[in-house]
Amino acid sequence: MRVLVAKPGLDSHDRGAKVVARAYRDAGMEVVYTGLHQTPEEIVEAAIQEDVDVVALSILSGAHTTLVPRVAELLRAQGADDVLLLVGGIIPEDDIPAMLEAGAAGAFGPGSDLDEIVEFTRSNLRRRGA
Amino acid sequence: MEEKDTRVRVPCGPGSRDQGDPAAPAPAPAPCAAADTAAPASPVAPAELPEHRPSGGERRDRFITVSDREIKALYEPSDIADLDHARDLGRPGEFPYTRGVHSTMYRGRLWTMRQFAGFGTAEQSNERYKYLLRHGQTGLSVAFDFPTLLGYDSDHERSRGEVGRLGVAIDTLADMEILFDGIPLGRVSTSMTINAPAAVIWAMYLAVAEKQGVPYEELNGTIQNDILKEYIAQKTFVFPPKPSMRLITDTFAFGAERVPKWNTISISGYHIREAGATAVQELAFTLADGFEYVRAGIEAGLDVDDFAPRLSFFFNSHCDFFEEIAKFRAARRIWARVMKERFGARNPRSMALRFHTQTAGVSLTAQQPENNIVRTAYQALAAVLGGTQSLHTNSMDEAMALPSAHAVKIALRTQQILAEETGVANTVDPLAGSYFVEALTNDMEREAQAYFERIEALGGVIPAIEKSFFQREIADAAYRFQRQVQSGEVSVVGVNRYVEKETGRIELLKISPEVERRQIERLREVKARRDHGRVRDALQAVRDQARGRGNMMPVFLEAVKAYATLGEIMGVLREEFGEYREPAIF
Amino acid sequence: MDLVARLLAGDRRALARAITLTENEDPAAARLAAAVYPHTGKARTIGVTGPPGAGKSTIVDGLTHLYRREGRRVAVVAVDPTSPFSGGAILGDRIRMRRGAADPGVFIRSLATRGHLGGLSWHTGSVVRLLDAAGFDTILVETVGAGQAEVEIMRYAETTVVVMVPGLGDEVQAIKAGILEIADVLAVNKADREGADRLVRELEIMLRMDGSVGRGGPLARKEGPAAGSEPGADAAGPEPWVPPVVKTVATTDEGLPELLRAVEAHHEHLRATGGLERWRRRELAAEVRGLVRDLAGQAAHAWATADGAWEELLGRVQRREIDPRSASEGLVQEFLRHAGSGGPGARG
Repeated sequence: MRVLVAKPGLDSHDRGAKVVARAYRDAGMEVVYTGLHQTPEEIVEAAIQEDVDVVALSILSGAHTTLVPRVAELLRAQGADDVLLLVGGIIPEDDIPAMLEAGAAGAFGPGSDLDEIVEFTRSNLRRRGA
Repeated sequence: MEEKDTRVRVPCGPGSRDQGDPAAPAPAPAPCAAADTAAPASPVAPAELPEHRPSGGERRDRFITVSDREIKALYEPSDIADLDHARDLGRPGEFPYTRGVHSTMYRGRLWTMRQFAGFGTAEQSNERYKYLLRHGQTGLSVAFDFPTLLGYDSDHERSRGEVGRLGVAIDTLADMEILFDGIPLGRVSTSMTINAPAAVIWAMYLAVAEKQGVPYEELNGTIQNDILKEYIAQKTFVFPPKPSMRLITDTFAFGAERVPKWNTISISGYHIREAGATAVQELAFTLADGFEYVRAGIEAGLDVDDFAPRLSFFFNSHCDFFEEIAKFRAARRIWARVMKERFGARNPRSMALRFHTQTAGVSLTAQQPENNIVRTAYQALAAVLGGTQSLHTNSMDEAMALPSAHAVKIALRTQQILAEETGVANTVDPLAGSYFVEALTNDMEREAQAYFERIEALGGVIPAIEKSFFQREIADAAYRFQRQVQSGEVSVVGVNRYVEKETGRIELLKISPEVERRQIERLREVKARRDHGRVRDALQAVRDQARGRGNMMPVFLEAVKAYATLGEIMGVLREEFGEYREPAIF
Repeated sequence: MDLVARLLAGDRRALARAITLTENEDPAAARLAAAVYPHTGKARTIGVTGPPGAGKSTIVDGLTHLYRREGRRVAVVAVDPTSPFSGGAILGDRIRMRRGAADPGVFIRSLATRGHLGGLSWHTGSVVRLLDAAGFDTILVETVGAGQAEVEIMRYAETTVVVMVPGLGDEVQAIKAGILEIADVLAVNKADREGADRLVRELEIMLRMDGSVGRGGPLARKEGPAAGSEPGADAAGPEPWVPPVVKTVATTDEGLPELLRAVEAHHEHLRATGGLERWRRRELAAEVRGLVRDLAGQAAHAWATADGAWEELLGRVQRREIDPRSASEGLVQEFLRHAGSGGPGARG
């Protein structure tokens, strides 16, 4: 299974993204990490080229309300809406319904358990028997 | 490292905004782990009842600080037997400044109460500054949004969704003019939390002062301008180390000559601490950065006493009361000694370490947010007993959002109560001579010294950054703390002790997406109105100067006055200097 | 439209999917490889290797940018190690490959080694062909120098760039480990650091002193006799290629145009001396030989296991009644006889 861990937006707090990347690796997955400050366009292009099963976004800047719908929309436009889209970071409870509606399959706020994230990812894969 | 431990939780909580780091690094163990961690959900569960130990026994096996320092039951004269009062303490306002940088300290003048603020458009932030000044704040502290911190204009594709969200958006001088509209720059001191584009933003501030008719010589304030801690902890970098250091030494030189009262750098341990460092790591890494800037200034041909008096510091004040006080006192002593002995400073002001303090954002909890008022008050008290020159107290809601006006007022009132009701400002360095405090101060100095030697062995600060030395040290400390919280060895009220089901809700400030649209609109208007030939020439001058060796400040000043945008100026520099990418350390 | 047609038409999703199928050893992969093969052989392949932290990804990013300016279509294959503990991997090379991120003329794919020890993925060669067939005319293969293992990159790269940096303190080790043997071009990156000039001088001296230059070393594989060619075919010998040493500061693109020119000069040299064709032939010969060995071995094994003869033979070997080599020879001979008389299924 291949996962793209991406940091859209301009916040530079990559510790959460990196911890999650490690958790995925330790669960036997191949993780492509994009680095900081990616645009939605760059993230979706990377997801296509890397042919990933999962795109996991980490956003701590509050820009998730703009960025998550944009990534979801671009994935759909590329016909890649079978890719599982997840978002984590500082996502206030009130914003979670909007994230799910926009196309994220799961939203993980502060203090989320790593095992739960990995398990959620595994059991919600949408694509082929990756 | 943490990947092996399945109990580790995703770092959480933005903590509070810190100066320069709106979404606070919370890498660490921001103590906002979900309430289902170690502690039982019910406040009357047996585990919460006081433990009874046989008489003479102690509550815990180890008594430790938040930095995992073990504390003894009793400190006695023998613990400070080697303390020489004249050599190690001196009088306040005198070398080695352990007791403070001024002889009268707060009897002469209280610390500056400086609440970090900024959000949305320049108009909104201007309104907040005036609100704070009306309520007795004595200095301004500007928070910029992420696009500004990274030198992108509001209409850049990477800025989408970020404009004005965690600080004020600045694209051109026009925004800066509005930001300080009606605020006489000759009479306030302004701290600006800006790093990679610091020189350009400073040029904008100087240009606004010119327009207000205030001479540069009368300007007071600080630009953070500390790129080393960005590489170490906060990661809001743009250029590689070498050109970054050049921009910084250019501001040193320009400031020394033209803006003598301005602090051209605020060497910051705050973000290092927020990233999970211990108190000693914060102390040692920050001072090591400071020495690196001094070295760079001297290498750039400046006399140490020309610029060192304008170097200022910025520390965190965390939960462990006495350890923090000792840290501040040790910082002053180390700085004084190294400046005198290693760098040959002669001006006492080069040796006196002045610092701003912010209470610890990572210590704030999303649970039971009103508790944060109390935490912040104790941390503020430590900063004052440690002799800070200015102070930001976090607002109770900063673990979740930008502070509301109500919350920020309580935070300000906390400082006012401290200054005017408690009496702690009545005498200088009241804790001097305490066996415990002096022993801790000595320990911290010694431990910092050991770190300096390790950094030196790696070839200095920049090579150590490239080898990820600091990053790993901090990550290890953060992980240790996280485990201690999970095991209950470290208590966090409301998180692993005295947990309540209902965490309590408070009103949060929301930023409207309308801000982004309005900001982009203004940027377009400014661009349409300006003199295009002048902008082109000014940007070409920036490029030419970047390729050469001359001081960048004059060309920045001309460019901002021509209303070249921050993104245009930084864009030219990106092309000329290249961009820094973080090492792939997991 | 099927996957192959879409891939040949330049559909990026089809290409990406084809690479996944290849990596996963999907049953469809062999058909895919056969279908695209006629469309390959047009791309230049350049290997970039060196120790961790040398700046390989940044150099690849810079070269990509420069090749794009020349109108080339560039693909990058970046290989990172798989964790031996979990079987997972973190592939972080994209962090530095930013300029091609939104350019349709650039395609970047990260591969994990998945247990292959050579510092490359098992499927690097097949992935390079897919990229070639999809119309990328310049393919950069980046791999971390894993001791002697980076030697394998020579199999896929016409030109191998070895990246070194001053101050790692392991220059001598690297040289001992055979870096000079595989380098067609040496890049001394982070050349603004102390010690860069010294490292360049040392490398140049080593290259000139090294008796292998012009005979063994890097030249052996491309300018020596091609495998299977008759001895003496190039007795005259081509002009020797002396690997140039280029100083770079990849973060600011300094020296990268020179690096690109050195790579192009090497390519031109190979073309002019016929080294390129000899190298291609030799690598194909090695590939076909390897495949024949694998396939013949699998066929013989399948044939022998069909009725228990395999187990019986192993029993005899274990009881020391026959040695492994004689047992194998006997089996192969018998297999060939039966294959000649009506095909391997006709055992009896």
